[in-house]
Amino acid sequence: MQGEAIHQRLLNDFQRDFPLSPTPYADIANQLGLTEQEVLTALQELMENQSISRIGAIIPPNSIGVSLLAAMSVPTDRLDKVAAWVSSLPEVNHNYEREHRFNLWFVVNANQPAQLERVLGAIEQHTGLTILRLPLLEEFHIDLGFPLEFPVSA
Amino acid sequence: MSERIFEGLFVDPRDLELFRVLQEGLPLESRPYSAIGARVGYSESEVIARLHEWRQSGLIKRLGVIVRHRRLGYRANAMVVWDVPDAEVSRVAGRICQYPFVTLCYRRPRKGNEWPYNLFCMIHGQDRPRVEWQIRQLINECEMSDWPTATLFSTRCFKQRGARYTPSQFVALSSLQPA
Repeated sequence: MQGEAIHQRLLNDFQRDFPLSPTPYADIANQLGLTEQEVLTALQELMENQSISRIGAIIPPNSIGVSLLAAMSVPTDRLDKVAAWVSSLPEVNHNYEREHRFNLWFVVNANQPAQLERVLGAIEQHTGLTILRLPLLEEFHIDLGFPLEFPVSA
Repeated sequence: MSERIFEGLFVDPRDLELFRVLQEGLPLESRPYSAIGARVGYSESEVIARLHEWRQSGLIKRLGVIVRHRRLGYRANAMVVWDVPDAEVSRVAGRICQYPFVTLCYRRPRKGNEWPYNLFCMIHGQDRPRVEWQIRQLINECEMSDWPTATLFSTRCFKQRGARYTPSQFVALSSLQPA
């Protein structure tokens, strides 16, 4: 196995249950019939071409701190400016334009509910727009990673 | 959902530091747990034991390679919402979650006429026609055609990164622990 095939296996097969052994990359190499160095090199390449953001942990929302999905209806001619300002806030970690009357959707994180509300209030004051507050009430999905289909259209 | 259900897992100040370091990602070296342990004052086996515990308890939902969908050609992203009768939400959500293209599924509050929807799911796909087809498949097979719905494709991503929790937050959290 080489090149592209190694990349695909690494992307698809190790999104969860990453080995909790002293030498996880060697374990992965064993599974794939590679050397540890080949696995490390391939992961480095995937990191560099930004196919993966990191080897890390997904933490469920609201387990530590609080978060909220927020939506605003921003006049089109102000959208770029408002979106850039919202993105600049450290408490905001996702920010998207979507096709709807509510066209700006973002997630705000904070330590405490009071702090969260302060950030939301500051955004409303700065933009003069009202935020639709959509807190999480119940999470149904169990995150098992995302099965990728290859080849994907580039 | 309780916001503080995982508080009891941080039994040692080093746990908070480990949690913070973990969010940066595992280093690409032969003994990554030893390396992050060295940064927080834990041995390799202590780090592994902690991560085991956090994974078992659900504080870590999944540990592994975190892929960037867009970069891998999954450029179509739709948030699909429905107004589902409260008594039906759990049952329907349970079915929606069975589909591999559904990456998130949440219940959120309705907000009057402005926002009448209470069930949210996220679909990532390679292109828009395929995602539209998947949505039709969901609606047909899960018998959801009677309920008001909206599909909100994302047209631009301004910012996307994992949530990061700051050390001050850990201080706030740890101060809630019994001494």
